[in-house]
Amino acid sequence: MAHLSEAAVAKIREICDRYAGERTPLMMILSDIQKEYGYIPLEVQELVSEKTGVSVADIYGVVTFYSFFSLKPKGKYIVGVCLGTACYVKGAQQVIDKFSEILGIAPGETTEDGMFTIDALRCIGACGIAPAVSINGKVYPKVEVKAIPGIIEELRAEGGANA
Amino acid sequence: MSKIKTFEELEAKQRECSSCLAAKFKGEAGKRAVVLCGGTGCLSSNSAEIQEKFKKLIEEKGLCDRVTVNQVGCFGFCSQGPFVKIYPEDTLYRLVTIDDVEEIVEKDLIGGEVIERLLYVDPETKEKVAKQEDITFYKKQVRVALHGCGNINPEDINEALGDGAFQGLAKALKMDRADVIKEVLDSGLRGRGGGGFPTGRKWQFAYDQPDGEKYVVCNGDEGDPGAFMDRSILEGNPLAVIEGMAIAGYAIGAQNGYFYVRAEYPIAVNRLKLAIQQAEEIGLLGDNILGTDFSFRAHIRLGAGAFVCGEETALLNSIEGQRGMPRPRPPFPAVKGLWQCPTIVNNVESLACVPYILRNGAESITKYGTERSRGTKVFALGGKINNVGLVEIPMGVTLRELIYDIGGGIPGGKKFKAIQTGGPSGGCLTEKDLDTPIDFDNLVAKGSMMGSGGAIVMDEDNCMVDVAKFYMEFICDESCGKCSPCRIGTKRLLEYLEKITDGKATMKDLEELEELANTIKIGSLCALGQTAANPVLSTLASFRDEYIAHIEKKECPAKVCKNLMRYTIEQDKCFGCGVCARSCPVDAIQKTDYTAPGKKLPSYQIDSEKCVKCGMCLSSCKFKAIVKK
Repeated sequence: MAHLSEAAVAKIREICDRYAGERTPLMMILSDIQKEYGYIPLEVQELVSEKTGVSVADIYGVVTFYSFFSLKPKGKYIVGVCLGTACYVKGAQQVIDKFSEILGIAPGETTEDGMFTIDALRCIGACGIAPAVSINGKVYPKVEVKAIPGIIEELRAEGGANA
Repeated sequence: MSKIKTFEELEAKQRECSSCLAAKFKGEAGKRAVVLCGGTGCLSSNSAEIQEKFKKLIEEKGLCDRVTVNQVGCFGFCSQGPFVKIYPEDTLYRLVTIDDVEEIVEKDLIGGEVIERLLYVDPETKEKVAKQEDITFYKKQVRVALHGCGNINPEDINEALGDGAFQGLAKALKMDRADVIKEVLDSGLRGRGGGGFPTGRKWQFAYDQPDGEKYVVCNGDEGDPGAFMDRSILEGNPLAVIEGMAIAGYAIGAQNGYFYVRAEYPIAVNRLKLAIQQAEEIGLLGDNILGTDFSFRAHIRLGAGAFVCGEETALLNSIEGQRGMPRPRPPFPAVKGLWQCPTIVNNVESLACVPYILRNGAESITKYGTERSRGTKVFALGGKINNVGLVEIPMGVTLRELIYDIGGGIPGGKKFKAIQTGGPSGGCLTEKDLDTPIDFDNLVAKGSMMGSGGAIVMDEDNCMVDVAKFYMEFICDESCGKCSPCRIGTKRLLEYLEKITDGKATMKDLEELEELANTIKIGSLCALGQTAANPVLSTLASFRDEYIAHIEKKECPAKVCKNLMRYTIEQDKCFGCGVCARSCPVDAIQKTDYTAPGKKLPSYQIDSEKCVKCGMCLSSCKFKAIVKK
């Protein structure tokens, strides 16, 4: 556990303890860790294994199965483009292509500066406002391809200011 | 909040809450109420900010003791959101922006005047409609599962109690467990999540198991792209689902229930959490509910982005902290489910119907619907349709009524091509199926299925091979990998489809595609695999000519498949302005030596070798000189 700071170890132990009374709480623990740190590297899985008694192999299996869990850090802004059917028939493919083109990364990848990750989402249930894009949980309705450069610029400015 | 310990106390509380709610809607003592849609769709169109501004202005104008403001669940008519409704007049304003708030406060709340420009305009009659019930979209609807959505505040248990919440549970607790199951059986309720299995029979199986630890699981892993009714119900009236779960728990003898909800639905999860907490505080969940010996607790587990977890056994594995892979059946969950104990897994919409059935009796449901599909069903209308949104209709309404009367038809005067029902596992229905009454069995007979109720409309601009490819990409991504027909077969199907849309396929490929599709159907372990080939098989059944056009003529009739089309400039229409050349991201457009008759500048042409078919030139040309071929 060479890479983990003491604070991180304490935090992860605290997350595991949150669900001490629950039966088979692995998914909840991993969700909380993913939310807290943005990814679940091997060292963290070892720590969770120690606390819960679930083998690292099983934990690794779970982390790699679900698309919400990630082994690598994600960008500061996670651009989730909905590719559900309603969005798709209204042009979501062009929307995700435009994000890819401007950011120079494929869906699932993160920009080198760690600012953006593009995710292809499977229906966020916002079909009434298709095509929809969800960036860090904020849903952008009826996104037009020509509006995308502006959205990225705005986030860059905001992200840069907070950096 | 003081605890409710007896049936009498519950009745007293309900009387109090219901007169409160009635006073709010009727505007007693000159009071007014502003309610806003708080569903995901409207919230993303700033409904929360609009609410804040209302609160601020109402405080500034000193209207606090006369006007209340709160959020309610989804109104369903998402394409016209955000909605603001004013009681007691029942005026419905639509497409409200933050800039309209001041006017609504000044003119309506203070001046008592209806603001005409914010009313819905009937596209047929061009008349303005002030009341929700008079809008055509709502006329054929019956709200059973969506009961309370768009009406009560989902974050306030008192409003739910005023609207009849927990009357169903109270009635059930006075009945024999077997009679509760009989009531649900008599209602003919069939699983609303896709399978259509009779809910009462599922309960009966679990009831028949020896006493001991049993569980109720609510399947809120609404994964079908294009379906969002479960989300809306959880957002709009979470207590109805909790009550339904508790009734199921009482009937089968379970003391614990688990909600499995998609992590993609944060608002639904938060409202559900709050509702559980409020129900516990008031004593309607917990030990010895209403003084009986029935104890029940509800827990929430979140998904993590895996479509296959909507399959009930995969879902159970996920709750158990494992990879979401399906289990072989039998044993069915009713015998060995969660932690090997008898478990029933019911969909959100099914459970939302249960309190209604108990409260109003089985006949309140059986009066709607067809012979073998009783009651109502919620559909999520989406895609190329004017009235995008959530509708609840009695079973037996025809597809034509759904698409044209309720859905308002296809935008832009385009031609209807197909309606996809049942999500990736379903199929496409076409013009010839439009007069089919919608129910579980009819849709299956027509080669599709009810599924969870997603209904995506496609018009002449959608390529059906492309749609099949889209679904296959989805299935490929979401196949859990446990059984090989699904894991390998769907990938091969996708490759065939790519070959077809690239114009590289032969008729032999089409034959193999069809054979493989049928093999996957027979050979897969769970419903995901067994239905994985449906998008291919159903589009093939209705649109074989489109497949053949791609293969033999190397043409995409709908002009969607990029590799089969090209952009050209019709030189005689080109004014030589050069806007297209400047908009081209890959410099594929060059000036020619030719000047068309009557034009002053030489025309342009597109180098199809360089062209990446992005379509930028087409949208930039003001003279419509660029065409897709």
